[in-house]
Amino acid sequence: MTETITITCIRCPVGCDIDLEVEDGEILSMEGAGCIQGEDYAREEYRNPTRVLPTTVRVKGGVLPYVPVKTAEPIPKGELEAAVEELATVEVEAPIELGDVIVEDIRGTGVAIVATRDLPAAEEEPVAAD
Amino acid sequence: MTESRQAVTGDLDAMRREEHDLVVVGGGPAGLGAAQAAYDEGVDDIVILERDFELGGILQQCVHPGFGLEYFEEELTGPEYAQQFIENVAERGVDIRLDTMVLEVTHDRTVYAVNDEDGVTEIDAEKVILAMGCRERTRDALDIPGSRPAGIFTAGTAQRLINMEGKLPGEKAVILGSGDVGLIMARHMHLEGAEVEAVLEIMPYTGGITRNVVQCLEDFDIPLRTQQTITEIHGNDRVEGVTVQEVDEDFEPIPGTEYEIECDTILLSVGLIPENELSIDAGVELHSVTGGPIVDETRETNVEDIYACGNVLHVHDVVDWVTEESMIAGRSAARSLQDRVETREEPIEIESTEKLRYVVPDRISTVDPDREEIPLYMRVHAPMEEVFVTLSSGGEQLARTFERRAEPGEMITLNVDSETLAELPEPRLELDVVQREEA
Repeated sequence: MTETITITCIRCPVGCDIDLEVEDGEILSMEGAGCIQGEDYAREEYRNPTRVLPTTVRVKGGVLPYVPVKTAEPIPKGELEAAVEELATVEVEAPIELGDVIVEDIRGTGVAIVATRDLPAAEEEPVAAD
Repeated sequence: MTESRQAVTGDLDAMRREEHDLVVVGGGPAGLGAAQAAYDEGVDDIVILERDFELGGILQQCVHPGFGLEYFEEELTGPEYAQQFIENVAERGVDIRLDTMVLEVTHDRTVYAVNDEDGVTEIDAEKVILAMGCRERTRDALDIPGSRPAGIFTAGTAQRLINMEGKLPGEKAVILGSGDVGLIMARHMHLEGAEVEAVLEIMPYTGGITRNVVQCLEDFDIPLRTQQTITEIHGNDRVEGVTVQEVDEDFEPIPGTEYEIECDTILLSVGLIPENELSIDAGVELHSVTGGPIVDETRETNVEDIYACGNVLHVHDVVDWVTEESMIAGRSAARSLQDRVETREEPIEIESTEKLRYVVPDRISTVDPDREEIPLYMRVHAPMEEVFVTLSSGGEQLARTFERRAEPGEMITLNVDSETLAELPEPRLELDVVQREEA
């Protein structure tokens, strides 16, 4: 059963719409790519779409209550939502340095979650609410 | 009452007074880049005044990747990009004052700043670089009927709440406007557990870049609905929903097309406005299209010794260009401090046809033998395919650049060779956009 899938290339601002003709997970043909980069992108995006996940993780004793983090490498697109859910349960302690590993292996992808900024510890204990 | 007034007067008399070579207003990417470049050009008496508790500006809340591809040739998140420059200015020993609000900049470069340690400080600056960035248009700018319930945020405010303060602004959102901040926030709201019902865009095309449409909306099946807008907001205490209508070519709602979306939150991503209150008070003349100061190629405004760069000058889509531009401003201010700038007898005016929305700078007014080329930044009015952006003078074409697709959301840069400027047919440069076949 052949089907056509359209993928928009994001390698450059042109954003070519590339039509893939696929059957049983195999790419039979491809049309619409303006350059070889687009063809590579479409092939990758069809076989194994991956994304860098940016999100935040709770921090104890920092100048801010959350620290931004990302996956050190792109992870499979299908894992994004579950990864965010897992990270919602994580809490780290300030100070944190850019590049610190927050989670070693997120969702069994083999990819680490790393901090994307320095987050100093708060000089004073935060005043309890109310 | 009388006593406290006297106390205030007493404090004013005791106001701190300082003198510095260069004062940079704003510690975001533009201010940091300008300070770094000025230092590297030989100025070491530099003060950065920043109202937030830390440097980095809006980059600190932009935790998504996509920054630095031009400048660092690698993909960084906003905080990562910022941290590099924060470390750079710290290493150079730049005087950084946080939690410090600039109250006024005068036309003769007296800067008034206040913080809770020093009170008010009056700084006599040789040069001032304005780098205050921009702010988002709010609901006030849109005239949407309805009452004034809670739950209406600019996309940037929501971004700060989620990424820095850890607060989700709502559970079911509609995003009005498809600029990059709106698209990024659609993904963020979705990943953080909220439902994003739709992104509405009044124009026939998105205001954001393709990459964000794909990775922020299509990845999560969030619909983008073009030529539609919110025509009513429902709810009294909290947003309960919106009425959406299709619009015609004149952006007028089309009767009979209305439908409702239930939601508790509206995020507005309807444009950015350069933050120029301080500039206006200093007598800086603003450009009617960009909303930022009119500057020459050194980024000097009409007020001598006051420069501007970054989003306070014109809104950039990529921070890398902010860095490039702020370094031009910092370097120029430094060279001017060292009397190394030669002013042209007559500035070269830069004009453009109606196909371009605007071009920065507005004129070229100095000669600098060390400067090989001058970048001109511009935006087209509407999307166009297969076009040349041409630069000519007196009917003679001097330079051109080809764009497979030119869009209002993607700034175009055309570099002018300094040698070309040496012998122009007339002291005017004209920019135009022509179809490939006609070129």
